[in-house]
Amino acid sequence: MAILSNVFLHLHPVAVRKSGIRLSFTWCMGGLTFFIFLVEVVTGVLLMFYYRPTVEYAYFDIEGLRAHVTLGLLREMHRWGAHAMVISIWLHMLRVFLTGSYKPPREFNWSIGVILLVLTLLLSFTGYLLPWDQLAMWAITVGSNMARATPLIGHEGPLASFVMIGDVPLVHAGDDARFGLLAGTFVGPNALLRFYVLHCVFIPVVVTVLIAVHFWRIRKDGGISGPL
Amino acid sequence: MSDLTIINSAMLGEGAIEGIKHVINVMCEPHWFFIISCIGLAVFLIGYRRFTKPSFAIFTLIAFTVFYAVSALDSDFWSIIKKADNVPITIMMYTLGFCLWLGFRQAAINDQNMEEGKPLLEAGSDDKVLVWPDLVYAELIALLLCTVFLIVWAVVLRAPLEQPADPSVAPNPAKAPWYFLGLQELLVYFDPWIAGVLLPGFIVLGLIAIPYIDRNPRGNGYYTFKERKFAISMFMVGFVILWVVLIVFGTFLRGPNWNFYGPYEYWDMHRPAALQNINFSEIFWVRWMGQGMPTEDVAGLPYYIFRELPGIVVLAVYFFIVPFFLRVTVFKKLGDQLGFVRYQLMCQLFLWLVLVPIKMALRWTINFKYIVAITELFLNV
Ligand code: HEM
Repeated sequence: MAILSNVFLHLHPVAVRKSGIRLSFTWCMGGLTFFIFLVEVVTGVLLMFYYRPTVEYAYFDIEGLRAHVTLGLLREMHRWGAHAMVISIWLHMLRVFLTGSYKPPREFNWSIGVILLVLTLLLSFTGYLLPWDQLAMWAITVGSNMARATPLIGHEGPLASFVMIGDVPLVHAGDDARFGLLAGTFVGPNALLRFYVLHCVFIPVVVTVLIAVHFWRIRKDGGISGPL
Repeated sequence: MSDLTIINSAMLGEGAIEGIKHVINVMCEPHWFFIISCIGLAVFLIGYRRFTKPSFAIFTLIAFTVFYAVSALDSDFWSIIKKADNVPITIMMYTLGFCLWLGFRQAAINDQNMEEGKPLLEAGSDDKVLVWPDLVYAELIALLLCTVFLIVWAVVLRAPLEQPADPSVAPNPAKAPWYFLGLQELLVYFDPWIAGVLLPGFIVLGLIAIPYIDRNPRGNGYYTFKERKFAISMFMVGFVILWVVLIVFGTFLRGPNWNFYGPYEYWDMHRPAALQNINFSEIFWVRWMGQGMPTEDVAGLPYYIFRELPGIVVLAVYFFIVPFFLRVTVFKKLGDQLGFVRYQLMCQLFLWLVLVPIKMALRWTINFKYIVAITELFLNV
């Protein structure tokens, strides 16, 4: 009990403003986003026990999960949780905007929030590829094709043909922004491995750190906002 | 009643249903869908005090649900909304609708209270409650509800798994994940470097910049609309219309070859492609000047720059002159408050936001494609 409340007290001060926790004020959306993130971490780690990020195995590992695991809730919860997190983070942002909670002194925390938003979308996007089915591959193909058009550094991007040393053009399909994203010129084995690492290690770690900063700033900025 | 009249009235009923379906199909065409959404938002924002009354909200909820449920009887519509990865969109429409109601309802009450000199809903905020047990208790309940919701969702609906990935078989339409479909929809009107790179970049930078641009000290920490009309309206246009409405549109109403299909229309693979589009340079040189497109360099200017000069001028005026014009007209007061740098920043973001519907409208009316079309450099606006 003492330990438990200690953990909570780390997140919360001893007492908070009454208005700040009224459900109709925060909609509890930030809290839900955080909770769903935790669900994603737990189910995600469990999925990692079954899943191998290679072209030979990926699809069949997922199919196996579907066929052999009783009720097979793991993958379902992970996928629906991901969608739910995208929705809840939008609603959280909406409520923060409507209550004007980004205004001083909370400007900085809003900016952290925007970065969390981008990372959450990227997390969802990188995860979308991992089942390695038609849906996954082509959704990522459509999405990553955009990178091809990045100004200057995409090989079909504006002005890219001016990027050269002497007479040697620097930007090709084989070394542009999209290539960097996919580790190849198409969505293939390298892209799968790259997305796997981004999805399971890199982005979650960064998100975790930023969430910690986000929560720390809430306390620093005087708790949940309220009328001055 | 004779058999004949029964058959007749059945056919009449069928005809009427087909008629209604046809009207709705037409109303869902890109321009109508977009215009109706905009009008809806405008009406809601103007009459927010009336439209957030609980009775009206419940009426809207029921009306929408009935419409949605009845539509689901149509096999074409059903085949779209039942797709597992489209289910989140239905959930989003309901939760977003509810949250918008909740926010604006409290804003309406607060605005009313302020006019009457009564305290805000959030007042008494200095009363403190103990985190343990009150807050933790509330959090626990929210957590449980959320868990139950996720588990039920997971039990009821299996996660999709299609055929193994095959680079040689492209599905038609190939769609991005649903939360990016608004951007994919913008590809109809813009080149990838704008729809897929520039605009998302502006969205992120614009969001980060919001607190530094909006220096209105009022409406900090409580719901209000009256005190922040401009800021909230802009956010609503950006988020609800240009993000959410386009997602709904891109998911439900775009079929093979990214052609438009009404909600009750069958996704026919063999529909002909869209009409030929026209660029501003063609309108200028061919229609207005009555000559061919320039193909030779002029005074050291590459021919393609010379050819696109009219469009370049239009864009320059739009982004560099219009802000000063707005500064002395509609944004007079706002400009005074913001100061030069903030105002310019706000105005550039604002102009990009407005450019999106402008280009959409031009496409719908005159099949317009590019303002500047330097295809040689992939530089098309
Ligand atoms: C992983 C994503 C995120 C998590 C877990 C998270 C979590 C939270 C939580 C638990 C709160 C406490 C109050 C509440 O529940 O509303 C909060 C407040 C806040 N969040 Fe987030 N958030 C996230 C993303 C964002 C985003 C995308 C934004 C904005 C763009 C944002 C901006 C803020 C601000 C400004 C506050 C302070 C609000 C106030 O004091 O009233 N956060 N966040």
